[in-house]
Amino acid sequence: MSDLFAARFQMGMSLAFHIVFAVIGIAMPVLMVVAERHWHRTRDPVFLDLAKRWARGTAILFAVGAVSGTVLSFELGLLWPGFMRFAGPIIGMPFSLEGFAFFTEAIFLGVYLYGWERVSARAHRFAGVMVAVSGALSGVFVVIANAWMNAPAGFDLVNGQAVNVRPLAAMANAATLPQVIHMTLAAYAATGFAVAGIHAWLMLRGRSAAFHRHALTIALLVGAPAAILQPLAGHYAAGHVARHQPAKLAAMEALFETKAGAPITLGGWPDMDARRTRFGIEVPYVLSLLAYSDPGATVRGLDSVPRSEWPNVPLVHWSFQLMVGLGTYMALVGVWAMWLVRKQCELSSRRRFLAAIAIATPMGFLATEAGWMVTELGRQPWVIYGVMRTADAVTPMPGQLFRTGLFALVYVFLAVVVTVLLSRQIVRSPMYTGEFPAPAP
Amino acid sequence: MTAAIIAGILVTALNAYVLLGGADFGGGVWDLLARGPRKAAQRDLVAHAIGPVWEANHVWLILAIVLLFTCFPPAFARLAVTLNLPLTGVLVGIVLRGSAFAFRGYGGDRDVVQRRWGRVFAIASLVTPMLLGMAVGAIATGNLGEGGSGKGEGFYGDYVATWLTPFAGAVGLFTLACFALLAAVYLTLEAKDESLREDFRARALGAGLAVFVTAGLALWLAGQGAPLMREGLMRSRWALPFQIATGLAAVVALTALWWRRYAVARVAAAAQISLILWGWAASQFPYVVPPDLTIAVAAAPGATLRLVTIALAAGAVVLIPSLAYLFRVFKGSDQPSGSAISRR
Repeated sequence: MSDLFAARFQMGMSLAFHIVFAVIGIAMPVLMVVAERHWHRTRDPVFLDLAKRWARGTAILFAVGAVSGTVLSFELGLLWPGFMRFAGPIIGMPFSLEGFAFFTEAIFLGVYLYGWERVSARAHRFAGVMVAVSGALSGVFVVIANAWMNAPAGFDLVNGQAVNVRPLAAMANAATLPQVIHMTLAAYAATGFAVAGIHAWLMLRGRSAAFHRHALTIALLVGAPAAILQPLAGHYAAGHVARHQPAKLAAMEALFETKAGAPITLGGWPDMDARRTRFGIEVPYVLSLLAYSDPGATVRGLDSVPRSEWPNVPLVHWSFQLMVGLGTYMALVGVWAMWLVRKQCELSSRRRFLAAIAIATPMGFLATEAGWMVTELGRQPWVIYGVMRTADAVTPMPGQLFRTGLFALVYVFLAVVVTVLLSRQIVRSPMYTGEFPAPAP
Repeated sequence: MTAAIIAGILVTALNAYVLLGGADFGGGVWDLLARGPRKAAQRDLVAHAIGPVWEANHVWLILAIVLLFTCFPPAFARLAVTLNLPLTGVLVGIVLRGSAFAFRGYGGDRDVVQRRWGRVFAIASLVTPMLLGMAVGAIATGNLGEGGSGKGEGFYGDYVATWLTPFAGAVGLFTLACFALLAAVYLTLEAKDESLREDFRARALGAGLAVFVTAGLALWLAGQGAPLMREGLMRSRWALPFQIATGLAAVVALTALWWRRYAVARVAAAAQISLILWGWAASQFPYVVPPDLTIAVAAAPGATLRLVTIALAAGAVVLIPSLAYLFRVFKGSDQPSGSAISRR
């Protein structure tokens, strides 16, 4: 394994680990704020219990997300000093803003978690809202920095040096809007469905307590609308990729030849040496239609870029298909959920619906991971698209394999512990059905 | 000029990290060294004091890192390459420490669980400041030239020899002693119980002595290890008043502890540690990373610096009231007794 590959693997591993906690940190506060609001409105202690349990879960995940985020801020330099030397002045701005947003989130999470009895009810709700807003903002800022890597802007390249740096223009790059919308929706959809799925599963196992019913409803109200909007946002993002990163789009769709009336390929085995995709099901014209709203439009294939600038086509293609497949399922279930909620159906008696939700528990996270695989692997061999190759950004320090192994151990360890702790918090949920005392803080 | 101001803000962020996050590390040290009849009470006090604020305390480090890579990118890249190993160690320490603290808080009350996480938390609290201090020591030596590609002395020469020196080791120990001092002094004020307060008074006095000894050791080793810094600390015009102020703060802190004037001791100890940090920064001014990266050489383009300054000002408007609120709620004088963590 080369040092470059080890460094890429390590960065990918760190991001894949962190994104789970980042996503939960964005969306979970919304759930707990909604639950708390219901408690204030109805005084039904089940909502207070929910808000507190969700807050405790958020605290565990936030703690892990905070440390894995700290790791990433160092790793940007420890692994990619060449990238940071070049990009720091240009995209440091969103990172600085993210620092502030994260800071605000940490402060108000402290108030929220430990302040149930120390601050007034209004101040407490305000703290919750601040956690939710700053959580969403910190996600937005990080995605802006990533969007810049896909659509670099805000500087002029003279002899390999960035001059005339314009950080605001860098933030307002062409990929910012599509990526920010797509990722923010992903966070709400993934978390909403994961929480709903866990409670649906518990209800299927016979626990139809009010606790689970309310939890399921709140989680769906956050997750389902996001899941329904996500295909539109994805379509918008793909349109951007088609115009600005033809190699990435071609890899996503496993399209080797530039074609008018290009098909989409379902499944299949992209063979980079033979330059064709075997065993795929082609649906003609659909890709041209999706990418350019014109069934006859010409879509650039991989043959329009030199072989040395191809990403790993099979991985990008399969990741993309996985993401789209999972997203479609979630959107359909989301429509079903909204329809049932609107008809005011008793969700706990709809076993088939509960099963459909329970199956979807991990789907949002898998789709998010797959989506990041598409955008990151699809950009290779570039770290800054068209400007800097990943190979030129990597640290000169040898022995990266060792570091990669070390961090792999750390992450596996953390993942196991988090899972155990969360299952204690969530799965051992109350068995009560009606009357019960308000839970201790 | 803007670059120098931002460098000042960066040191301020580090200062906040040392005073707040540093004390959290110090708390871990006292967790590890908890003994005597009030062993459990000491650990509870540490956990109770750190609980609500530690996440916020540790964001200061992220702020400093972000400012460094945005405003002084060559310096960040240089440190990331040459100090890769100790910084990796710091990262592992931060990960284990942060998660161990949360897991201990939420992992249930079984003794064995508490002990196991407590041990991870405490050991990570010991190793991380040590490595941070060694990294600072390595910067002060002025040995961090073009790493990797520069001297071509092989892996050990390029990536290990620069920070694995007696001087850097002494700075590491010194950092640990400073953090332990801060934590012990703060905890005298957090303790509600008189005997517990006495425990931490004794610990603070011990840590004060350790700070003194390790500082002497580091200064003595600086003769060979970091002549640049020693030169700066000894010969500059500002050096004498600075040294006097630091020494004065140290004496006031220890005297106040001796006479049980804890509020005075807290201010004096914080002032002492802050002055030490600023002394280090001033001794290597105008270098961000000696021997070649000065503030002017390493600075990002003016447009970036100006925007970051604006962002810092805007951020401060949100942050400072929020932080003040956080500390007023949890560190004010009217706290109800009992630990939020132990009740969970």
